[in-house]
Amino acid sequence: MNAYDDLQSLAERMDALPIDIAPRKLSRRRFMQLTGVVGGGLMLGFTLKGREAQAASTFEPNAFIRIDADGILIHAKNPEVGQGVKTSLPMIVAEELDAAWDDVTVAQSPVDEEAFGFQMAGGSMSVPMNWDVLRQSGAAARAMLVGAAAAKLGVAASELSTRDSKVIHEASGRSLHYTELADAAAALPVPEVDSLRLKGTDEYRLLGRRITGVDNEALVRGEALFGIDQTLPGMKFATYSKCPAVGGNVVSANLDAVKALPGVVDAFAIDGNEAVGLLPGVAIVADSTWAAIRARRELKVEWDESNAASDSWSAVSAKAEELRSKPGATRPVDDGDADAALEVADKRLSAYYTYHFASHAQLEPQNCTAWSHDGIMELWAPTQLPGRGRQAVADLLSLEKAQVTVNQLRGGGGFGRRLHNDFMVEVAAIANRLDVPVKLQWTREDDMSHDTFRAGGFHQVDAGLDAEGRITAWRDRFITFSRDGQRPVSGGSLRPGVFPAGVLENCRYEQTALEWKTPCGPWRAPGSNVFGFVEQSFIHELAVAAGRDHLEVLLEMFGEPRWLAEGNPRALHTGRAAGVVKLAAEKAGWGREMPEGRALGLAFYFSHAGHIAEVADVSVDAGRKITVHRVTAAADVGPIINLSGAENQVQGSIVDGLSTMLGQSVTFEKGRVEQSNFDAYPMLRMANTPAIDVHFIESDYPPTGLGEPALPPLAPAVCNAIFTATGHRIRTMPIANEGYSIA
Amino acid sequence: MLSLKINGEERKVDDADPSTPLLWVLRDELGLVGAKFGCGIARCGACTVLLDGAPVRSCSVPVAAAAEGEVTTIEGLADESDELTPVQQAWVDLDVAQCGYCQAGQIMAATALLARDPDPDDAAIDQAMAGNLCRCGTYTRIREAVKVAAGRAWEARKASPARDGGDPA
Repeated sequence: MNAYDDLQSLAERMDALPIDIAPRKLSRRRFMQLTGVVGGGLMLGFTLKGREAQAASTFEPNAFIRIDADGILIHAKNPEVGQGVKTSLPMIVAEELDAAWDDVTVAQSPVDEEAFGFQMAGGSMSVPMNWDVLRQSGAAARAMLVGAAAAKLGVAASELSTRDSKVIHEASGRSLHYTELADAAAALPVPEVDSLRLKGTDEYRLLGRRITGVDNEALVRGEALFGIDQTLPGMKFATYSKCPAVGGNVVSANLDAVKALPGVVDAFAIDGNEAVGLLPGVAIVADSTWAAIRARRELKVEWDESNAASDSWSAVSAKAEELRSKPGATRPVDDGDADAALEVADKRLSAYYTYHFASHAQLEPQNCTAWSHDGIMELWAPTQLPGRGRQAVADLLSLEKAQVTVNQLRGGGGFGRRLHNDFMVEVAAIANRLDVPVKLQWTREDDMSHDTFRAGGFHQVDAGLDAEGRITAWRDRFITFSRDGQRPVSGGSLRPGVFPAGVLENCRYEQTALEWKTPCGPWRAPGSNVFGFVEQSFIHELAVAAGRDHLEVLLEMFGEPRWLAEGNPRALHTGRAAGVVKLAAEKAGWGREMPEGRALGLAFYFSHAGHIAEVADVSVDAGRKITVHRVTAAADVGPIINLSGAENQVQGSIVDGLSTMLGQSVTFEKGRVEQSNFDAYPMLRMANTPAIDVHFIESDYPPTGLGEPALPPLAPAVCNAIFTATGHRIRTMPIANEGYSIA
Repeated sequence: MLSLKINGEERKVDDADPSTPLLWVLRDELGLVGAKFGCGIARCGACTVLLDGAPVRSCSVPVAAAAEGEVTTIEGLADESDELTPVQQAWVDLDVAQCGYCQAGQIMAATALLARDPDPDDAAIDQAMAGNLCRCGTYTRIREAVKVAAGRAWEARKASPARDGGDPA
């Protein structure tokens, strides 16, 4: 298995997670693994490997919490790339601990999956995967602090309550701050998990409030936080040049000439290692970033491209055009008999939807710092998947995992790109040849030419309506890509059960993969970010063909409130779906009279266990210039952890969705990406940003993450509005390819 | 050796190449990492600093050109008492950032705007901020924060008119 397949299997496992992590009680064994709590005793110092033995006055009941006379520290376990988990995950602990938020110091945790469990920023999974264990960790510590206070005050624990980092004995008016109880609590036995009482949502004091991000003050002061900000004494700076067509090998390079350039310390070729995702290339090590970048302009490499990618967008587009009239290779969904139902339909609709490849374009170009010292390789990495990166570096250098240390640093945007740790193995390969620390810096051009791209795709969709205008058949022939001719690329495969499967009697998804060598990977709401466009636009086409109101058709499709996968609370629930669609429609004033050239468009999408509906208010002028006046979003993701962060994620997803659908496309010829920087990859600017209203239905279901699910409904909502305003149906993204621009 | 005036201090720079972009001198030589590298072609604004009070893209300003003026970076905004400026404080209070990578550049652009137009309308804000991309899409909060900061700056001037040398009304 190579690193790209690994990414794909991770994505598949994330798709399967709804079942794996269907909220249930953690087994006691697993709780102990994650919290360091063992029956009847407290393992001080267990939680942070490599630290000195803890002072007796430190209360450290599990990996997440440390309380001593100086204060309360909570570890944020997962990488922070803008999704807000460095704030929201510790909030969950603090809520059950009953700590005053102002008393809490948050620290990014070490990368240590034995102590903290799986550490990942991906799949909107941070909150759902950690919800139970973080609450239990806080509640266990709280119970021990109460026990310690009971002994000190000489009262029964049942007479005590907690609030704002204090144990309070109301009857006598006495209270003790947690910091005063650390020693005593550290000596107490740890309560059984089953004995812990977790709060009901109506008891929350912190969760659901607007809390500003824990790094915000450091951010606005310009303090070092990000991977790119890492500095170490004696550190050198490197660039790494790879073949513009992925898979090309270094034949020769003018290394001697480069080494003679000012500021250059060394230059050398590095062999590729596909198993760990290391591409072959040439490293230049210099005294400063600029010296390395400047020297690189003189670098001349001869590449052997005999095994390199020769991907061509125009070629695959032509091939897909041929294939769309033929049955697909596989049928990920095949309910009823879609072909037969299409034959007998009163009305049949047929459409061909396409979308281009896209780049992650996270604003911080890839970088990583590494230092080979004292028999270990230490890395400072802005990664979304630190444990995998650590393993890849160990594999590359034939080290034990214990010989690789990873410090996780804030990432300047992730969007799925930092799940692939190519920057970590590259810098490790470079640092392995040096005796000083080195920071590898990609340029924007490196980043855009060596992304793990969001795959483009092609859908021939056909559907049938009966005489009453109800949808009776649905068939989507999806043409995607594969690196090995079999398995679809990451982010380019259909999931079983994808809506409208489950609500239609006759529903088929077919899938055919074209050969493709350039890496593809998860891009914010993988798959969903493009499938939503096809599915929700085509449902609107059907509503129009039936002469029916779009809202009414959607609600009819949902039908009676029920889970579409029985027993899986991370499945689509038609009642929750109807709830958000109705709320978004109501808040946006669905059905109201609109001026000429202006209309509302509606879309719903379910992904990452989040139910989201959006209504876009759009006007279009004669030159196909659009103005998106307002987007109204309604989301049901369960209880909200940090209201400010949650709103921010929805607002950001809407801007991201709009930015991508408008003008962003990556095209390939001869295996080379044709865009290299932001001048050819336009991003939405402030003046084009719509007003955004966000409404949450805080249902009592277990919470899910919100980094992704608000993105998929945006493009179809906007395109549906454009159709209603103009009568022109858009079936391709980006819509700039049909002459649209934004005012 | 070049001499730069940065955040009110004289700083010596060893790098002899006068064409080195100011950004890399700030980050690699002077340890001022607040300004960020995003594109290298003045298209994203992550590297925005002020040169004689005007926002410039430090990735595309040769250090020699910067030596002729006064450079202000985000590290130079908060005053000696360590209090945040109204712009910085608004960014914290409104929880503007997501990943936060672009925000130093955004704050510098907003600071320059409010210095020349203390009460900008939406169009003026949009125009002044047009060179700063936010990949996370925090634009609505940025716009709001600029307005909040403008209000605060106004309140602060009213409270201590002597600082500006007169009554703001």
